[in-house]
Amino acid sequence: MNTSILTLEEKELTTAERITGAEAVIRCLLAEGVHTIFGYPGGAIMPIYDALYQFKDEVNHILVRHEQGAIHAAQGFARVSGEVGVCFATSGPGATNLITGIADSMIDSTPLVCITGQVASHLLGTDAFQETDVMGISMPVTKWNYQVTKAEEIPFALARAFYIARTGRPGPVLIDITKNAQFQELDFTYEPCTRIRSYHPYPELNEEKVEEAAELINAAKKPMLLVGQGVILSEAENELIVFAEKTGIPMASTLLGLSAVSTDHPLYVGYLGMHGNYGPNVKTNECDLLIAVGMRFDDRVTGDVKTYATQAKVIHIEIDPAEINKIIKADVAINSDAKGALVSLINKVKPSSHTAWLAEFRVCDQIEYEKITSKEFYPESDGLKMAEVVKMLSDKTEGKAVIVTDVGQHQMVASRYYQFRDKRQNVTSGGLGTMGFALPASMGARLGQHDKTVVAIIGDGGFQMTIQELGTIAQSQLDVKILVLNNNFLGMVRQWQQLFFDGRYSFTELINPDFQLIAKGYGIKAMKVETREELATKIAEFLTHKGPIFMEAVVEKEENVFPMVPTGASVSQIRLE
Amino acid sequence: MMEKQYTLSVLTEDRSGLLNHITIIFTRRKINIDSLNVSTSEVKGMSRFTIVITTTREQADKVCAQIRKLVDVLGAFVYDDDQIYYQEIALYKVPTAVFLNGQTIETLVRNNGARILVVEESHIIIEKTGHKADTHDLYQKLEPFGLLEFVRSGRVAISKSKRHTEQYIKELEESNSNQLSIKNY
Repeated sequence: MNTSILTLEEKELTTAERITGAEAVIRCLLAEGVHTIFGYPGGAIMPIYDALYQFKDEVNHILVRHEQGAIHAAQGFARVSGEVGVCFATSGPGATNLITGIADSMIDSTPLVCITGQVASHLLGTDAFQETDVMGISMPVTKWNYQVTKAEEIPFALARAFYIARTGRPGPVLIDITKNAQFQELDFTYEPCTRIRSYHPYPELNEEKVEEAAELINAAKKPMLLVGQGVILSEAENELIVFAEKTGIPMASTLLGLSAVSTDHPLYVGYLGMHGNYGPNVKTNECDLLIAVGMRFDDRVTGDVKTYATQAKVIHIEIDPAEINKIIKADVAINSDAKGALVSLINKVKPSSHTAWLAEFRVCDQIEYEKITSKEFYPESDGLKMAEVVKMLSDKTEGKAVIVTDVGQHQMVASRYYQFRDKRQNVTSGGLGTMGFALPASMGARLGQHDKTVVAIIGDGGFQMTIQELGTIAQSQLDVKILVLNNNFLGMVRQWQQLFFDGRYSFTELINPDFQLIAKGYGIKAMKVETREELATKIAEFLTHKGPIFMEAVVEKEENVFPMVPTGASVSQIRLE
Repeated sequence: MMEKQYTLSVLTEDRSGLLNHITIIFTRRKINIDSLNVSTSEVKGMSRFTIVITTTREQADKVCAQIRKLVDVLGAFVYDDDQIYYQEIALYKVPTAVFLNGQTIETLVRNNGARILVVEESHIIIEKTGHKADTHDLYQKLEPFGLLEFVRSGRVAISKSKRHTEQYIKELEESNSNQLSIKNY
């Protein structure tokens, strides 16, 4: 098949400047407005790193300690800024170390451009040193990937990469550049990509469907809004509020939709899913209309699909046509970005209120508070509960910090109890559930915005998966607050073992190192909190410290996260204990 | 839900690696590909994949939606057998000696709409185009004569729709929305 994709006209542009492929890469990135790169050098990407040397004033390159750290950092950057995250890695192991983060970005729709070095093109396929088929390996987990073997392809490939990564449903793009293409010279000009004939990221809003949806909404007695990350990605937070307030419809959030709506909004009823709130889960199976906005009905949200909202009509607003009718059949499907659909819907729906229906959620909240929340906030036992640590953090930051969570019990607790007040405050690994995500992602969250405090909340298991990034945080003096909730267990797995595997704790107990000592070893100030009495002062001290700081909160060893929808159960079978 | 044969017709940019990109969508769902054909199309720089799978309509539609998502895919369509014209080509190698022994095989070739492609000293090659049932039927008839080798191509199919491919690509190039690329033909 044909691999050269340059047209004759593109080759004949005359205003070009003669530079190396390596320099062209940096110049393309600058043209796309990239000033932050996370990366790790190595043999096959050395020409690009050499070119980077002369752009030190324009590009802030963060040297990580492992390529997985680079990609999670780029993800954190993208999630808080809404811009494309960029990372560099060398060929072979450098490239394969990116794969987990690429898969994570794919499933969580995070825009990334990953640039990997590759062996010289004459060595491709020969099992050369540090050669791996990263194109083949990354194919199922990238939105697009492309291998550059000639310098002249670089502007084209990078322009496409950025266009594809950020448009439509965002996702990761990988550009693999052979070493000879980095050394080669080309006549450089840069033209951003604005269209691709085989790629149409923008659906055309079907007004008839919007009308149909509006009719269902106007007729509904017990409607419910499910807020997904699509609202955040299309920057439709304000439109969502206008729509909800006009119609009086209660809003529930998915894990990745958190912080699209302030948790103190009178219509906000909590978060959905396996460890979500009681109300939105049970009411899913009692409502008469589900309005899903920018979400994909993950199995952690739906539980048993056969019993999911079978009584309700479903309106599904979704930018990706492949998600429509994939899991839950939509009565009215609106293939659109959240913003476009909401703007149109706002004008077509009648003002309404659903006071009695909303009150039903509040009854659920009360039950949940009595059975779970109050016991976690004001426990009778001596040991610290994860919930009270998160609550204290939430209170002391007034719900305004960027919260970067890892995967497991602490993630669910943080998502339940942190009171998000602003936009783009929630950075977590949802779809893939990547342990080790939070620490490096917090570095990106720090550099992707400048207004908010960044707190990484991590379990003792996940922390040790990417603990080496403490080195990056120390070297680059990234002002990140690292809070490890330590129960000396892989807590979520242990909880499942207790509930579903007869308490056989098979390989879940951890004998941990002295975390404070490790942090100190990296030159990072370290603290520890073990008692309720000192919690408030310690958290205050933790938050007011300038620069990176680590705090270990020793929490109860065998705590369980409730509510819980057991795997395969219906959302209405949610367990409160 | 009932499983049956569906033919997917996929129009793509002529780009290396796309075959892999498309097939992993099937392997991920553990759908076995019955046959696959890739060829250049009537539009320059564009390839056509014809993929035959046995599955449910729902699965076929979902797989098609995933294929449409690929950046270099221009269009993907699912067809029932009655929505397309389709053919397969089969080649049969039989010893020439059998042919010299009498008229039977020649009649067989003639009556089955096949033709003799090559006659060599040691063997002859017979060619037949048709549906799988037809080529299989001839296979069974030739088998007693000592069939040396047999090969059958993947299905090639052309839809009964009025879509004009070149026009479709042109409209796609001018389109600012995804309406065309998610349309069924």
